[in-house]
Amino acid sequence: MYSFGILSAAIWVPIVGGFLVLSLGDRAGGNLARWASLLVSVATFAITLPLLTGFDTQTAAMQFVERIPWIPSFHIEYFLGIDGISLWFILLTSFLTVLVVISSWRNVSSRLSQYLAAFLIMDGLMIGVFCALDAILFYVFWEAMLIPMFLIIGVWGGPRRVYATIKFFLYTFLGSVLMLVAFLYLYFHCGDSFSLLAFQRIPLGASAQIWIFLAFLIAFAVKIPMWPVHTWLPDAHVEAPTGGSVILAAVMLKMGAYGFLRLSLPITPDASHQLAWLMITLSLIAIVYIALIAVVQKDMKKLIAYSSIAHMGYVTLGFFVFTQTAVEGAIIQMLSHGFVSAAMFLCVGVLYDRMHTREIEAYGGVANVMPIFASLMMLFAMGNVGLPGTSGFVGEFMVVLGTYQAYPWPAIIAATGLITGAAYTLWLFKRVLFGGIVHAQVAALNDLNGREILVLGSLAGLVLLLGVWPAPFLDVVHVSVAHLLQQVSVSKIPS
Amino acid sequence: MEIFAWLHSLPPIWVYLLIPLAPLAGALVAGFGGWALRERAHWAPILGVAFALYLSIFVLLEVLHGVSFYGNVYTWAVFGNLPVHIGFDIDSLTAVMLVVVTFVSLCVHIYTIGYMHGDPGYARFFSYIALFTFSMLMLVMANNFLQLFFGWEAVGLVSYLLIGFWFTRESANQAALKAFLVNRVGDFGFLIGIAAIYHYCGSLDYRTVFAAVPGLVGQTVTILPGHRWSVLTWIALLLFIGAMGKSAQVPLHVWLPESMEGPTPISALIHAATMVTAGIFMVSRMSPIYEQSATALSVVLIIGAITALFMGLIGLVQNDIKRIIAYSTLSQLGYMTAALGASAFSAAIFHLMTHAFFKALLFLAAGSVIHAMENEQDIRKMGGLRRHMPITYLTFLVGALALSGIPPFAGFFSKDLIIEAVGDSSMVGAHFAYLLLVVGALVTALYTFRMFFLVFHGKQRMDEHTRAHLHESPGVITLPLIVLAIPSLLAGWFFIAPVGLGDFLDSSLQIRAQWNTVAEIASHWQGAGVFLLHGLQAWPFWLAILGIALAVWFYLLHDGVPAGLSTLLAPATWVLRKKYGFDAFNQWVFVRGALLFGRRFWHWGDESLIDGAMVNGSARMVARAALSWRRLQTGYIYHYAFVMIIGLVLFMTYFMIWRG
Repeated sequence: MYSFGILSAAIWVPIVGGFLVLSLGDRAGGNLARWASLLVSVATFAITLPLLTGFDTQTAAMQFVERIPWIPSFHIEYFLGIDGISLWFILLTSFLTVLVVISSWRNVSSRLSQYLAAFLIMDGLMIGVFCALDAILFYVFWEAMLIPMFLIIGVWGGPRRVYATIKFFLYTFLGSVLMLVAFLYLYFHCGDSFSLLAFQRIPLGASAQIWIFLAFLIAFAVKIPMWPVHTWLPDAHVEAPTGGSVILAAVMLKMGAYGFLRLSLPITPDASHQLAWLMITLSLIAIVYIALIAVVQKDMKKLIAYSSIAHMGYVTLGFFVFTQTAVEGAIIQMLSHGFVSAAMFLCVGVLYDRMHTREIEAYGGVANVMPIFASLMMLFAMGNVGLPGTSGFVGEFMVVLGTYQAYPWPAIIAATGLITGAAYTLWLFKRVLFGGIVHAQVAALNDLNGREILVLGSLAGLVLLLGVWPAPFLDVVHVSVAHLLQQVSVSKIPS
Repeated sequence: MEIFAWLHSLPPIWVYLLIPLAPLAGALVAGFGGWALRERAHWAPILGVAFALYLSIFVLLEVLHGVSFYGNVYTWAVFGNLPVHIGFDIDSLTAVMLVVVTFVSLCVHIYTIGYMHGDPGYARFFSYIALFTFSMLMLVMANNFLQLFFGWEAVGLVSYLLIGFWFTRESANQAALKAFLVNRVGDFGFLIGIAAIYHYCGSLDYRTVFAAVPGLVGQTVTILPGHRWSVLTWIALLLFIGAMGKSAQVPLHVWLPESMEGPTPISALIHAATMVTAGIFMVSRMSPIYEQSATALSVVLIIGAITALFMGLIGLVQNDIKRIIAYSTLSQLGYMTAALGASAFSAAIFHLMTHAFFKALLFLAAGSVIHAMENEQDIRKMGGLRRHMPITYLTFLVGALALSGIPPFAGFFSKDLIIEAVGDSSMVGAHFAYLLLVVGALVTALYTFRMFFLVFHGKQRMDEHTRAHLHESPGVITLPLIVLAIPSLLAGWFFIAPVGLGDFLDSSLQIRAQWNTVAEIASHWQGAGVFLLHGLQAWPFWLAILGIALAVWFYLLHDGVPAGLSTLLAPATWVLRKKYGFDAFNQWVFVRGALLFGRRFWHWGDESLIDGAMVNGSARMVARAALSWRRLQTGYIYHYAFVMIIGLVLFMTYFMIWRG
């Protein structure tokens, strides 16, 4: 195992690069900032690739570990490492940042260098969340990554951006504070370490577990988001610029789910089992209730935002039935949602750049003038619908199969997403793309340019690859998931 | 045979792989190269499908020599430690389906050159139908439930794309969406069924699952509290919900008539000959499961029989030529389903085969008529076309006779076999089903010949302009008609002995001896000739003759009779015109219901309750609290210091008393 700081490089190269871009400013019409950002984001992606090629799929132990004391008096460490659960999300983050940089090439009107810098810094911080193994380090990354996102929505956002930003901030900040309290409790209980791996090993009484579980739950449920703490997401998406929506949907929502896997399940296994009914219920509400709300949306971004919440319902459902198929399916669903939701928001961005409206009613017959766009968006719509052969199918299929093994009824209710998902996605598609050309503005639309084809085309390739051959994606997660489920099955209540 | 010799030198799996991949390659060439190829885009799909047909015939000949294959191509994924593969199961059932699918598909491809000539979506259309052929072949060749489900949903996608092919038409988009959603309702059941199979059998592989099935006999599952169901009945019924969606059985049939919004070639290929028979194929493939559940078979039998008669009745009052044929397709699918319920799987597959030929023929001939009539589809505005379109007329007549079940046309053998099998069946509901199917024979002949006479005979009711332009269609359109007319005439006579009555499909099917009605029939009337003679003395044949006679009387001799009858039977025709109210019910309950709940959840749940009361409410509360607590922020340092000290004291007290 060669580990001289690949993870550190993946975190700090984009952050330092981001500040560099910031210092370049918008000189030369922003071209300098553009190319520098592209360079930094591609370099970061290149740095993360060896994580995949050098990854040992046979062990559940942490790999590429870096561990040095940070604040020794409180036993706080700079402790990084990844396993099969975190690997794909690091790659997803660094890859999508490249796409966001490319897609922002021309369509950010003001303060381009600051905009790009925010994404680069966020890139590093998000990678930090996925590989931090020290609770305080995790918390620092967790909170710090919100700052660029606030700025992106608050500065480059739509007309109601202030309301959306404050709502986003209050929700996520209140949630995170309780997580910090739980960390402090665990530290005092543990005695000498903030290591998440140490937290996973300490015995905990039943009621302590419940409290810690609930503290984590609030932090993670807000992030995912789960019903009923989801209402910040549609507002945030509607106001966020395209790139912000892409990162928010594709990566940030995964943080909460990742938290369940890294913290809740292994640290509080007994509470996880005891409160599984609650988690399953909330997940099913997300799948049914949220999907019905998505059907009646009038704003494209809101519709996709609600669809995201419904899709994340499969993820949390998969986690809390504790079967290997369901948990693996949930992880694949997270990854797939990263591709598909990013692509859907980029598609809306393509239309918004041209028409400056997200109202579904303002469109109609777009397929007549944008056939390439229509074909690509059809593919992503099918991914959103979970059609076999696309990535969206794999996760949902595995979650439904795995859930049925444990509880038939939740599987049956979850499978209704097959119908409602098709209803809102294809109805949206029909109203926007099909039909006759509704007015001159639509008639004047230009089809995708080369840059847009590159961005959407690469996502299309991933959606198909994951759908047609998910085996290599799953190979990475098997051992880690098996290890996790083994941890969850052992009670931590001291006898 | 000589032309197949070189294939023996290939590894078998290559041959099987090439069958679906050839049309896929054609689809990709037409799809990605369409902008450059334009009206030459048909070459790649046609070559691909022709090659697939050639290979399918080779596979069929091999299967006749006792070759079969069961193996995997690649590991799709590993669930935990269970590998799930993409692979092929090549046996007699698959071989029959391969030849039927590729043959009809090739005819439709060639026909499309003429039919879609001049359409701006020419290349796109070829890309879609080749993609459909690929998906359908993957479906019938699957050796596991994952691939089956892949093919199942992929054909649904292409069907959706093709129904909405002319996407500027609102009605076409509406029909496409409806088709997809109704199919998804079926797929919902299908998916749960697969989940149940995965749970109980621990595999998605056909052979492993079928091997596990006998061990599940007697096991029960409690889905609703207080009701214990047999696991196998539960699985069989869930899978059948999928079949009801795809094969358009009541009450999931509502999408099929509206799918006629798509161009006619795909009505022939997808919505008559192949895709809609996927449910029939699937249930036959799953015969080891269905044979373990008398309850499931009874349900299948009764649903099929109801669809067969009641959908046929609607066909009597339709005036759109394509919709009449669509209702006849629903009705014929009902016959096939009823055969499944009577454990007469081979009869169902036999009818699937003959129906694929004669129904594709009827649709393509109808397309030829529509083409000549300049896109007019209303049969009340046609009449007397036989003089202008002799080839279309004669081939349509062959299709109509086959559909009506007149010997020696293909439909007679297969439909009569089904009716006989249901009559001999001992399933619960078999008597009821038999009655419906026999009456259905009369209805079928009546609506078929009503359409036939109104289109081709009698007065010419079209306008002057259209009449002046009436012409026989070009060769690329009439050639497929002639090619399809041959099996519509002969397939029954030649194939009843091996496929319908014989043992050709036995290796693919598992049938319990006491339910094996086909074997019973075969022991009485072995061979086509004997079967034909028997058929001439049976009810269905004479009812079909009566149906044609009525059509002659109503529509050739006394035009006034139908109008008089429909006023006399006004309530009945009203019910039929409303299609028993299924559409209205779905619209009111499901569509409006979903929208209503969506809006209520959104405005009341999200906006008022969560955002209004909880989020913004708590924000307001904080604001109000801040107003009163603002007085605490005096700005004097000693106030703050005092508060801090108090806090520290409380904190320490807590630690000393409770933690110390």
